[in-house]
Parts: sequence; structure tokens; C-alpha cells
Amino acid sequence: MTVPWASEAPPQTQPIIGNDDVVRSRQHVRAFAQQCKLSLVDQTKFITAASELARNTLVYGGGGAMRAGLVERQGRRGVAAVFEDSGPGIPDIELALTDGWTSGGGLGLGLSGARRLVDEFFLDTEVDRGTTVTIVKWAR
Amino acid sequence: MELLSTDREKITSEWIDGVTSSLQGRISKAEVDRELRELYEALVQGLRAGGEETRGDGFSEVRALLTELSRNRARQGFTPSETAISVLALKQALEPVLRNDSAEETTAYLRLGRALDDLALYTVEVYTRTREEIISSQAAQLMELSTPVVKLWEGVIAVPLVGTLDSARTQVVMEKLLQALVDTGSEQAIIDITGVPAVDTQVAQHLLKTVVAARLMGAECTVSGIRPQIAQTIVALGIEFGDIVTKATLADALQHALRKSGVDLVTHQDARR
Ligand SMILES: Nc1ncnc2c1ncn2[C@@H]1O[C@H](COP(=O)(O)OP(=O)(O)OP(=O)(O)O)[C@@H](O)[C@H]1O
Ligand SMILES: [Mg+2]
Repeated sequence: MTVPWASEAPPQTQPIIGNDDVVRSRQHVRAFAQQCKLSLVDQTKFITAASELARNTLVYGGGGAMRAGLVERQGRRGVAAVFEDSGPGIPDIELALTDGWTSGGGLGLGLSGARRLVDEFFLDTEVDRGTTVTIVKWAR
Repeated sequence: MELLSTDREKITSEWIDGVTSSLQGRISKAEVDRELRELYEALVQGLRAGGEETRGDGFSEVRALLTELSRNRARQGFTPSETAISVLALKQALEPVLRNDSAEETTAYLRLGRALDDLALYTVEVYTRTREEIISSQAAQLMELSTPVVKLWEGVIAVPLVGTLDSARTQVVMEKLLQALVDTGSEQAIIDITGVPAVDTQVAQHLLKTVVAARLMGAECTVSGIRPQIAQTIVALGIEFGDIVTKATLADALQHALRKSGVDLVTHQDARR
């Protein structure tokens, strides 16, 4: 998936190596969500989705990075975030996206929940190569 | 190496003067003297053993000394420049030695200069790392401070959560809450999340665990202050709060808790009008 980054500003990269980086990722995403004038509900949804994916990148992907920024398509503006790791990958995507399924001690709602919280959700994963999750939310 | 060995005393004292004046007396000359003489010795050894490989084994003593120096500067509130100058001032101190213009000496100076630049960068790295450690330990202290458990009524305690809830902070809050239940002998606890910007699965899981733990201790928890955007997000995420009592406001939660603990509430409707 090629992300339609807005031309005026390049996306920002945030490494996700420790717990603090999950908080930092959330703060970057919040700034962009406010910048493209998402409603308060949509902001909260997008930030929460980013929080889930950042933590998965850290916990299951063994760390990685987030790229986030404004996007633009056919005159519409929005915010996007791409979470990338070169961890073990997800062997069974359908299972991972099942509500309540977790391989750790979580609620198993992060991935499936994040998908419901955003407008566009792309999951690209390969065993032993890594995982990339892209999310987009458009301003209304 | 040669450069540093000739005129040793002159170079070191110039260097020490340069550094002392740039720090404007905030570190005593005696202290700078001690630091730099030790460093000078290590530098000479390092150059002899490891050439200009400043990140190699030959320079491990130099790096150890610089680590200590940089950490001290960072802790004492000096700037990165005031830290790096400790190394860079040596370049200036060497200039007078270069008077006789030989090409050989110039090359030697340039190579030594590069090594010193590299070591100066090293001090900045250590400095930055130290500052980051200071910041995160302050954050940890703040975390302790910013999670008060308050007693609202006999038998009712509340913890108002404000700001981002990361895993560590939530852990602290929950432990404090459970401890306060014991200390005050309360049977009603209110967790108010009005000041929390987002509730994700991790925060929710901590909340759920706390409620269960409180129950095991014979207490009941109410979660209040769930704002509309948070409520919608929680629902979309698929989190179920089950039979946990939730209230829109802290006031509602208090009313509920008081009723549960048998306090008779009389509303003075007439008095309000
Ligand atoms: N980046 C990733 N790399 C490898 N596996 C992943 C990655 N992200 C998710 N998974 C797998 O998908 C499962 C489901 O993820 P999901 O976020 O839904 O649940 P969880 O993280 O276990 O719990 P939580 O509800 O707290 O998020 C995980 O348990 C994990 O096995
Ligand atoms: Mg998760």
C-alpha cells in the first residue's frame, strides 16, 4: 500500500523501542489528528488505534518504527500511520484478527479493535520477515 | 602523539586555562586540573596504543574518563557545548606548538584534530544519554506524586487519573488504590478517568484487574468520568466492562458509593429553588 502523504510536509518517523516510545507515538499522532481537524471522537479513535499498533510492534514485533503524517486524496485530508517491524510476522492473520484471540496475556482486541476504529486498515505480514500495519482516518 | 609529548607542561596548562575560563568558575581550577591531567595521560597512552581509533580498545581508558566527565557535567546542569569544550579546547592549546610550519606537523595536527573531534562527539553522546536518564527518573518521581488517592467520605476513596496512562503509571495507581483500601478500611473505591485522553486495551485491562483485585478484598469499584469520545472508542474496540459499575461523573459515582455504603442521602429540592 502506498500512502498518499500530503505534499506540504513529509511524514515523521518515531522509533518504537521502549514503552516510552508508545507514549511518544501517541503524541505525534495526536498532533497530526488535530492538524487535519478530525472531530474529537475521531481523534480519540485514531490515537487509540495507534496506541494498540505501537504496542504490538513493541511487544510482538520486538520493536520497530512508526511513520505518521497527513495524507491527501482527491481533495480529502486525513491522517495516516504506518507501523513496521522485522519481527516474527503473523502466521495466521484471520486468527490474529479474531476478537479475543491473543498469543500473549492481552485481551486480544488490539488488532481487531484498531481495524474498527479507522477508515482504512492494511496488514502486510510474512513469517520471519516482519509486519507492517497501515491505518488511515479521513476528516469528515 | 609526538605533538602531545613535546611541550607537555605548556600544552596542559593552556588547556586547563581554556577549559576553566569557559566554565566561568563553576568548577574549580583544581578540579579541572585533576580531570584534564588524567585525561591527557590517557590520551597519550591511547594514541600510542590505538593510533586514531578513538572507538577502539586503545582508547577505552580515555572513553571511561570522558564518560565520567560528561555525566558529571550533565548532572551539574552544564550545556552540551560546555561539556564538549573540555576536549575541543585541547586543539586550541596545541596551536602555538605548530609554529614551525612543517607539513609533517600539520598533517599530524589534522589527524589528532579529527580524533579529538570524535571524542568531543562522544562526550555529547554521553551527555545526552545522561540527561535522558535524569528525565526518566524525574518522570518516575512525578508519577508517584501525581496519583493521589483521596478519601471522599467515611468508607469511600477515590483516585482521579489525569494524563497519559502508560503501563508503569497504571501499575502504581492500582497498587496505591488497593493499599488505600486497606489503610482506610474503605469498601467503596472510585476510579475517575475524566482526565485520561485515551483508554486502550492495556489501560482497560489494568482497570479490570484492579476492580477484580478490589473485589477480592471485599470492596467495590466504580469507574467514573467516561467521556463520550472515550465511551465510543471503548465500544468500537470491543472492550466489555461486564458488571462493573460505571458512572458519567464523579458526583454520580459518589452518590452511588454512598448509597451502597448505607449513607442516607436527602436531597433538599426546596432549598435549591
Ligand atoms: N506486530 C506483530 N508481530 C507479530 N505478531 C503480532 C503483531 N501484532 C499482533 N500480533 C499477534 O496478533 C495477536 C493479536 O493481537 P492483538 O493486539 O489483537 O491482541 P494482544 O496484543 O494479544 O492483546 P491486546 O488486546 O492487549 O492488544 C497477538 O497476540 C500476536 O500474537
Ligand atoms: Mg495488542
